[in-house]
Amino acid sequence: MKSDKVTKQILFAASLIILLTAAGMVFSLIMGAIPVFKEFGLGFVFSNEWDPTEGRENYGALPFIAGTLITSILAIVICLPMAFSTSLFIGEYFRKSAVASVISSMVDLLAGVPSIVYGLWGFYTLRPIIMELGLSPQGYGVFTSGIILAIMIIPYATSLSNEIISMVPNELKEAAYSLGATRMEVVFTVILPNARSGIVASYILAFGRALGETMAVTMLIGNSNVVPDSLFGTGNTMASVIANQFGEADGLKLSALIGIGLLLFIITALVNWIGKIIIKKFS
Amino acid sequence: MTTVAMAEKQVKMEERIVDIKNPVLSIQDLSIAYNKDKYAVKHVNADIKKNAITAIMGPSGCGKSTLLRAINRMHELYPDIVTEGKINLHDDDILKMSTIKLRRKIGMVFQRPNPFPTMSIYDNVIAGYKLNGIKLKRAERDEIVERSLRNVALWDEVKDSLMKKGTFLSGGQQQRLCIARALAFQPEVILLDEPTSALDPVATAKVEDLLVELKKDYTIVLVTHNMSQAARISDYSMFMYLGELVEYDKTKVMFTNPRDSRTEGYLTGKFG
Repeated sequence: MKSDKVTKQILFAASLIILLTAAGMVFSLIMGAIPVFKEFGLGFVFSNEWDPTEGRENYGALPFIAGTLITSILAIVICLPMAFSTSLFIGEYFRKSAVASVISSMVDLLAGVPSIVYGLWGFYTLRPIIMELGLSPQGYGVFTSGIILAIMIIPYATSLSNEIISMVPNELKEAAYSLGATRMEVVFTVILPNARSGIVASYILAFGRALGETMAVTMLIGNSNVVPDSLFGTGNTMASVIANQFGEADGLKLSALIGIGLLLFIITALVNWIGKIIIKKFS
Repeated sequence: MTTVAMAEKQVKMEERIVDIKNPVLSIQDLSIAYNKDKYAVKHVNADIKKNAITAIMGPSGCGKSTLLRAINRMHELYPDIVTEGKINLHDDDILKMSTIKLRRKIGMVFQRPNPFPTMSIYDNVIAGYKLNGIKLKRAERDEIVERSLRNVALWDEVKDSLMKKGTFLSGGQQQRLCIARALAFQPEVILLDEPTSALDPVATAKVEDLLVELKKDYTIVLVTHNMSQAARISDYSMFMYLGELVEYDKTKVMFTNPRDSRTEGYLTGKFG
């Protein structure tokens, strides 16, 4: 009886620490961001000026918000057909087969590869290919980052949606087969409508991952503080500008970076929250 | 074995097989194995009478569901299945037909009601046409839906809520909706795999009455674990045990005077 009580208290304390840490993080982000919002108001979010020259300092987060959204959207667009076919392959066509379990563990393996390794591969393998194709003079840019991001989020998009696809009850598939449906018709009229919201949610969560990915993107995006002028132009994401510039930042610039961090936090939290709501509605 | 014993055995075999003229379905020496050594159905011979209810009974694992599913080849959804022998629908070998055509001629109803949860009642009834990409005019569709729902005595209960999801209906209504879905193609044969095992007694009685009504237009094959259900509504009964068709006869004859001691044992509740 007594040990029960003690265990309960220990567990409670442990959870409380996590809660306090998270709250503390949000608190310090807000405190750190106050100066920049005081200086520029909401203009900080919508201005595309980024000028750290002393005396005429001007900071706007728009180039980075744009860079983050463009690379992430590009990533999800590239990732979607691959993740979709992979999850159909694992979750339906080759369900419970040896091939499916091998592929599924390969996909999970992709999730475990450190970001810096993707960055290196992108830098030494993908970037030269982009140059070779003449898409961009130095191979850096939004497009290159989008491809790397797409590969990085495939496991997140795939593993959740294949699980949801394989959860579609067998009796519904049988009902469709008994009406003379082909496999393809079963997939499109029974499996996908039933798994729809779960699949959408898994892409939203994958999108959330893409928003915050830092290292690989920082190595490939070209790090110019402007709104990207084309798909192959260079830019910076919210995460990459922080990673690039926090070392030599102080004063207002540091506050601007923290402000960007706060915005990134809000956006990813929002995206994850939306994804979770859809999953909850689904299950 | 002496010649006398052999002759006796011969007689016994013949007695077990009822004589059915112009059968709709003719199952000939059918054996089915899930893998090479494990036969679920062994050398079954049976003709199925038109416009009658034929019940397949037996303890679980006796192969009755496998036999039923072989009739519209749903058993082939298992990858390594081996099928030997023949099943004829009139004069066509169903094992050589396309499953798409076959399943339109032989509809199926499952153990648990399984209307498509993303579709309305209306769309559930018409689902077979939608799945097969058959385009129909609005009026034709309306007619098929009304006819099929009237066939299962569900029309009056749902005619004002056709656009509601099928899953809002009660279990018994859902099962009748599933029967309507199978009827929409106007198949010749309807296979039912323990269709009332998930229903309460009132809903069960409704489905049973419905089946008796439907046999005027359709040939019905019904798997049931419920002996009294077979006795109540079926015209012919099969008793299967360990993959063998032990006995096949008019239901009245089998229930009053079973020939095989195993059938008798099952019917009197000694096993199963």
